[in-house]
Amino acid sequence: MQPTNITDPGFFHKVVDCQYACPAHTPVPEYIRLIAAGRYSDAYMLNWQSNVFPGILGRVCDRPCEPACRRGRVEEQPVAICRLKRVAADYKDDITARLPNVPTAKNGKHIALIGAGPASLTVARDLAPLGYDITIIDDGNAGGGMMRTQIPKFRLPDSVLDEECGYIEHLGITRRYGERVNSLKSLLDENYDAIFVGTGAPRGRDLDLPGRTEAAENIHLGIDWLSSISFGHVTSIGKRVIVLGGGNTAMDCCRSARRLGGESVQVVVRSGFEEMKASPWEKKDAMHEDIPILNFLVPKEFTHEDGKLTGLIFEKVKAEYDAKGRRNLVPAGEPDIHIPCDDVLVAVGQENTFPWIERDIGIEFDKWGMPIVDETTYRSTHEKIFFGGDSAFGPKNIIWAVAHGHEAAISIDLLCSDKSLGDRPPPHVTLASQKMGIHEWSYGNEISDDRRYLVPHAEKALVLCNIKAEVELGFDPVLALAEAERCLNCDVQTVFTENLCIECDACNDICPVDCISFVDNGDEDDLRTRLNAPAQNLTQDLYISSDLKTGHVMVKDEDVCLHCGLCAERCPTGAWDMQRFLFNTAKATDKAGSSCCKS
Amino acid sequence: MSFLPKPKLHHPGLGCNSLGFTKRDYEGAVSTLCAGCGHDSISAAIVRACFELDLPPHRIAKLSGIGCSSKTPTYFLGNSHGFNAVHGRMPSVVTGANLANRDLIYLGVSGDGDSASIGLGQFAHAMRRGVNMTYIVENNGVYGLTKGQFSATSDKGAKSKSGATNKDEAIDLVGMALQLGATFVARSFSGDKGQLVPLIKAALSHKGAAFIDCISPCVTFNNHQGSTKSFDYVREHNEAVNFLDVIVEKEEIIVDYAPGATEIVRQHDGSLLRLRKLGESDYDPSDRAAAFTFLEQRKAQGEIVTGLLYVDPTADDMHDLLGTTTTPLNELSEATLCPGGTVLDKLNASLR
Repeated sequence: MQPTNITDPGFFHKVVDCQYACPAHTPVPEYIRLIAAGRYSDAYMLNWQSNVFPGILGRVCDRPCEPACRRGRVEEQPVAICRLKRVAADYKDDITARLPNVPTAKNGKHIALIGAGPASLTVARDLAPLGYDITIIDDGNAGGGMMRTQIPKFRLPDSVLDEECGYIEHLGITRRYGERVNSLKSLLDENYDAIFVGTGAPRGRDLDLPGRTEAAENIHLGIDWLSSISFGHVTSIGKRVIVLGGGNTAMDCCRSARRLGGESVQVVVRSGFEEMKASPWEKKDAMHEDIPILNFLVPKEFTHEDGKLTGLIFEKVKAEYDAKGRRNLVPAGEPDIHIPCDDVLVAVGQENTFPWIERDIGIEFDKWGMPIVDETTYRSTHEKIFFGGDSAFGPKNIIWAVAHGHEAAISIDLLCSDKSLGDRPPPHVTLASQKMGIHEWSYGNEISDDRRYLVPHAEKALVLCNIKAEVELGFDPVLALAEAERCLNCDVQTVFTENLCIECDACNDICPVDCISFVDNGDEDDLRTRLNAPAQNLTQDLYISSDLKTGHVMVKDEDVCLHCGLCAERCPTGAWDMQRFLFNTAKATDKAGSSCCKS
Repeated sequence: MSFLPKPKLHHPGLGCNSLGFTKRDYEGAVSTLCAGCGHDSISAAIVRACFELDLPPHRIAKLSGIGCSSKTPTYFLGNSHGFNAVHGRMPSVVTGANLANRDLIYLGVSGDGDSASIGLGQFAHAMRRGVNMTYIVENNGVYGLTKGQFSATSDKGAKSKSGATNKDEAIDLVGMALQLGATFVARSFSGDKGQLVPLIKAALSHKGAAFIDCISPCVTFNNHQGSTKSFDYVREHNEAVNFLDVIVEKEEIIVDYAPGATEIVRQHDGSLLRLRKLGESDYDPSDRAAAFTFLEQRKAQGEIVTGLLYVDPTADDMHDLLGTTTTPLNELSEATLCPGGTVLDKLNASLR
């Protein structure tokens, strides 16, 4: 193998698993260290620059970082990254003075954002400090989009939404709330320099089964029903409720139903428990609230009597896998079952719908009715119209919408500066030694043996009778510190300097996870088998040195490195050094320098 | 020196031996020796050897004297018996311990000061008595703890870090061990675990006095130009005569090497030593006289001969020579050990 080029930021970026997995590439270990140091405001601002909604995401993020966390590969559970983020939000000081200044002299460019959800708000946050005149149009009466209408208050209180949407809305942004855009063409006529569409995936998928129309009164579409609760239009539900679907919306539906009078609430899913789309913790929370999840049942028919729903008939299925490993659900050959109920909530998916976009204004759509959007620039086939969030590529999660928003903001800024959209700014990268003394580093390199801490919950009896009572209470500073100590500081990189190495083996002797080897070079497949511990995780790279004096090369398997720094402590010549790798994706705001954030 | 304990987290694929222990279970505390010390590599090799031999940690006794090397037993086999003896007296303490309890596996760790200077006499007698033990000298040719004076194994003509030249002849512990009747004699290098680990395994499974002289560079005081025990010097002058595999399975192995290139030696405990000859020399590790000659010739040419240099797989140990009972003495009751006046009278009468 060729020696690893560590000057390519891509290599170390991948080593910081959590940050790499995060669509917005939030510098996770950096803010966890700030939390451990009690610098909650600093941790909050670092998050705010990167993911815009730390308090919101600290509660309801889909957490792609956690399954990626290296800690989950060396023990049972990853670091509770999401819950730590919330700590920064909960314990920060007043940060309003650190928010960006909005220039009084505007740059003369007018941007319209359709929808006031996370994608649009991110675009606004990035562009307003640069002097853009931003107008947000949303049919709701408050900002937040689906975060406000679809996520139940017991997971995300209004106060948090108001605060974090407010930080952006107060950046001199014109809000046209309560106004629905019914024609993109007419909005184009308002002569905006760019338009960003962040309207989400607002339509719940329906189930066209026998009995659907007859029993319609007691069959509700999940996201519409959740919105109605949020607006206060729905305040009760029948005693026996069936929720169809295995995603997070289904989990929100069943838990909301429990709070609105549902005594027997059951979730029924076509697939098996493991394949459900809902996050594991959301399933756990639902089951904790006495909601059984029934798997491998396909709904066949709504049963009804005198125009009133009486239940649902399900066919039992089982999973079979074909030669290619694809799963098929086939009839199990058992008799159908009937589950009686008073109400059904259908949460089997969401769809995009753009009836308000004229098809002749220059935006091309694919055969599924989705706009054709560039995956890097987020521009549609219309020069001035951009898409982001769920409206760009279908339903995902908030953190993806934020990532899209940042990129779209860069594109809009480039467009308005008459630059090529392909000419995108590179990430900001620094790599700096953390050595303070012979065995002293400017990060805590002692590895905690603690297992993941559970976040405290409010008492079940209390939360089930109040749909607005938040279930999770968040870590207190003591628990937060203990959990933060579990972070392995994967951004503090092991950097190897070949010409200093005397091949004394001290590093490979001390390494607690056997990740350093000195061997003859070979091709990657061969090398991976010849290390102190075979490197079987192919998603993790090998770090290879050039030839050393003996002809061997140093090979480090990045897979399970604890970043404990013992290799560097035991190295007599300083061939190993621990260097902090800070990686920040470029934002449109960056060129305004300090105006983004005053720290 | 590190102050932090080694993290308990380990590689998820870390294997267990037949006793259910991982390699980590054979480790000790984190070393307080200088970073990069060769001794730490030897500790790591001991850990690996004991793990691979499936040795129960509580059946091993590790003993040492004084010096950097003699500190190391703290850094391996944290669940074994340990004894830190007076300077140079480790061999005598092992002898006594072995007499009292012949069932433990004895591992003596010493240094060039401990064994070639103050403890030279102790070393000599442990070897000649055939004490059943593994005796490892971590040989760095320097007094590291007292800031780098020449030791008794420093080569004549070698330069100290401060520039002084050693005028005294060096004690060759391998030559002495051969001469004194050690029945397993090897030399190795801390920077070559591929060679060192099998040698330690073979020594641990050898019955009788097994001696390993392990050159172990002192990164602080003896790893400079002009030193004959530096990483670079030893690597350049290392002449390995054989490569050893230790096979502990009881069943017969099929040898598929060309005849002459490989030799199988069966030890007392049934373990098999498979020796692959290296280089051009047709080195025969069963010929003690030839070993002397070979070592002297190569030494004259400035080479450092490493590998298994001599082995007598059918050797007797001290207990065989003394005719002691197979039951460890510490397990015998007082009545058995002191059978009383009548027996004594009988014994005295038989000697009259």
